[in-house]
Amino acid sequence: MADLRCTIAGIRSPNPFWLASAPPTDKALNVVRAYQAGWGGVVWKTLGEDPPVVNVSSRYGAHMDTERRILGINNIELISDRPLEVNLQEIAQVKKDWPERALVVSLMARMEESAWVELVRKIEATGADGLELNLGCPHGMCERGMGSAIGQVPEMVENVTRWVKNATRMPVIVKLTPNITNILWSAEAAKRGGADAVALINTVNSIVSVDLDAMAPTPTVDGKGTHGGYCGPAVKPIALNMVAEISRNPFTAGIPISGIGGISTWRDAAEFIALGAHGVQVCTAAMTYGFRIVEDMISGLSNFLDSKGMDSLEPLIGAAVKNVVNWNDLNMNFSTKAVIDQDACIDCGRCHIVCEDTSHQAIRISAGEGRRVFTVEPDDCVGCNLCSHVCPVPSCITMQPEPATQPPLTWTRHPQNPFRQTAPETV
Amino acid sequence: MNDSPLSVYQDLVPPMTDLQASAEANRCLFCYDAACTRACPTSIDIPGFIRGIATGNLTGAATTIFAENILGGTCGRVCPTETLCEQACVRTTAEDRPVAIGRLQRYATDAMITSGRQPFERAPATGKTVAVVGAGPAGLSCAHRLALLGHQVSLYDAKPKAGGLNEYGLAAYKMADDFAAREVAFVLGIGGITLYPEHRLGHEITLDGLRQTHDAVFLAIGLGGNNRLSIPGEDLSGVEDATAFIERLRQSPPSAPPAVPETVVVIGGGNTAIDAAIQAKRLGAAEVTLVYRRGREQMKATGWEQELALTSGVILRTFAEPRRMDGDGHVQTITFERTTLSDGRLTGTGSTLTLPADLVLKAVGQTLLTGALAGIAVQGGKIVVDDAAQTSIPGVYAGGDCIASGEDLTVQAVEDGKRAAHAIDATLRLSALTAA
Repeated sequence: MADLRCTIAGIRSPNPFWLASAPPTDKALNVVRAYQAGWGGVVWKTLGEDPPVVNVSSRYGAHMDTERRILGINNIELISDRPLEVNLQEIAQVKKDWPERALVVSLMARMEESAWVELVRKIEATGADGLELNLGCPHGMCERGMGSAIGQVPEMVENVTRWVKNATRMPVIVKLTPNITNILWSAEAAKRGGADAVALINTVNSIVSVDLDAMAPTPTVDGKGTHGGYCGPAVKPIALNMVAEISRNPFTAGIPISGIGGISTWRDAAEFIALGAHGVQVCTAAMTYGFRIVEDMISGLSNFLDSKGMDSLEPLIGAAVKNVVNWNDLNMNFSTKAVIDQDACIDCGRCHIVCEDTSHQAIRISAGEGRRVFTVEPDDCVGCNLCSHVCPVPSCITMQPEPATQPPLTWTRHPQNPFRQTAPETV
Repeated sequence: MNDSPLSVYQDLVPPMTDLQASAEANRCLFCYDAACTRACPTSIDIPGFIRGIATGNLTGAATTIFAENILGGTCGRVCPTETLCEQACVRTTAEDRPVAIGRLQRYATDAMITSGRQPFERAPATGKTVAVVGAGPAGLSCAHRLALLGHQVSLYDAKPKAGGLNEYGLAAYKMADDFAAREVAFVLGIGGITLYPEHRLGHEITLDGLRQTHDAVFLAIGLGGNNRLSIPGEDLSGVEDATAFIERLRQSPPSAPPAVPETVVVIGGGNTAIDAAIQAKRLGAAEVTLVYRRGREQMKATGWEQELALTSGVILRTFAEPRRMDGDGHVQTITFERTTLSDGRLTGTGSTLTLPADLVLKAVGQTLLTGALAGIAVQGGKIVVDDAAQTSIPGVYAGGDCIASGEDLTVQAVEDGKRAAHAIDATLRLSALTAA
């Protein structure tokens, strides 16, 4: 069995699966249950200055598929609504009782150094392993000048990070908001401020649905709703891209990343790690099924590493980063064509109609024995993949690369590019 | 003309394809403290292993199953899931169709068994030895768990092959492609188990002898005797115990199955009777009639098994009790008296029914053979055990069909063996501490 031990910014945990700062990590009872279930670490729900915030009733909205499987949850809950001292005492006790699990504490404060420093000193006294700066909460707190109100301004990200770093010996993880135009601005700011690691993504600004009887967004609080933070499997693609951008950007490359965003299975985790995450954080999947999902995550990731001949996480970390390139660097002479496995085809016709109506009219219908036969006309197929995605049968339509007949050619040097480079590319 | 084109050796339920398994696994709701797990005698974490299938962690899925039930491959094939896990599945509430747990279990376990890999490593050797008598489901389960816990096991069986009823007694169409033998090889693959075939208790080995040479003994001897009808004509040729018939066909190569005559009558109402009837039909008998003295509701065979018999072309006759068999050396007819149930009591009506029969298969229950048990306490035809699976003789444990632990099912036998192994382990470790 592969060794799943993980280190992020010097913080060690027996496996890379942490619970993200959120309702599941609100108090000792939940955190201890999580450790008992096997989670490698937790990020304690965000602490703020006293007096504690007040939360509203009805806090979550959900976006589901047609079989009621949760694709995303939208929440309008704020940070911990318990007294600071209660949280600090519980954190100290839990860390004492579970020394080998990671316990990181999330915090947020006003844009004033003294406020951050005071919180940091109190948390440091608990013996926790590290800090995670919540610069991303997109509802409620930002309207008070905290959370994403800070995270959306790179200069503020840098300043807060520096204040905290100057005030503590603890590792500092800066949690980034996706509600920006370019994740690199805030990631670079965090690094300039001295961050030991970044965590991303926080939730995405959203209205998850509208109650058409109440004529109000959900979740509805006494007839009104507000935008909240969206998380869960639906945000994973957004998070993967931002993680990859940080991993391949020269200034931020190599900074430890705690990957967050819709991680529900070991496979999701492996994808984040392959794009440069050193560990991952999970929330929605636990809130959907309970803490025991970590069992399959641990076993599945370990079995996956075994199957790849990797004996630890190390060789997986960032293994896919070198293959993430700018569009301009893709090989335009590469060609792939859809091929339909006639034995697997169930005769639904969807590949044909989507290609016919919305793509390149490459899938022909002919009469077979008692059923229709769908075949791809290679000359018309541009290799777009649409048919393989809409096909309800996995592996029925596969994309098969054609043998290369010409050397690789990127847009940078393509004859049709008026701004093409004429000089040989330098490597 | 045989209207059943299926070979008796052909899989009754084919293995799932990857697509089927993926779609079915995603129907599982991943319930908490799941009803299916509670309904499983071996308490397999069913939502846990199904999630492994859904996430593509097939190794993890199989390991989860084998952790509780090392014969999960057989149980996935033969368990009456319709009365156990699948009956409890909450999907049935809204959809009238449970998650196909049995087939998913087979999908996951087949993958690991075929791969040749082992899910577990043995604990450090304890230096203790245990004799397991009977290499059926209870014996295999106990032997495997003991070996896992670090003990050395001598596994004895009266038959030439290990597997017990898995090898000799289950219907051929449930154990296609020599699965019983492949599973035995998988179980023994953990190491630390020495198999001694053709070692009969009371002949090549004795209970006293085993007690002297081993630190503990586990009896998993099953039910070796068959009940008799005790009616005239029972000793005519062409009258056979259903278990012997099934054993004969299970041991024949699929290329040379045993011949069956045109007209077969099976007596009994349990799964053995059903298995015998369907197999006789699949072997080519023109007319197979299963006769039970009570009604379908009283049959031990599940509704699913009864339906399978009916759709296989078996004629079910109920409320008729055998009274005599006639023939000139070989059975030709069997005569029944019609019966009725009044206030739960079965009474004959005086009216009779005579059926032609070239072969009569008796499946009216099996009995414990006590001859070699050296005075172990027996009650109601079963070995008496305490909560720790120990018999009236200290250091001698028992499980499987030879004790009264639950229904006589493969899965119950596996659980008996597993629990006894832990009881034996606890005792041996305690004695090691005391000795030190």
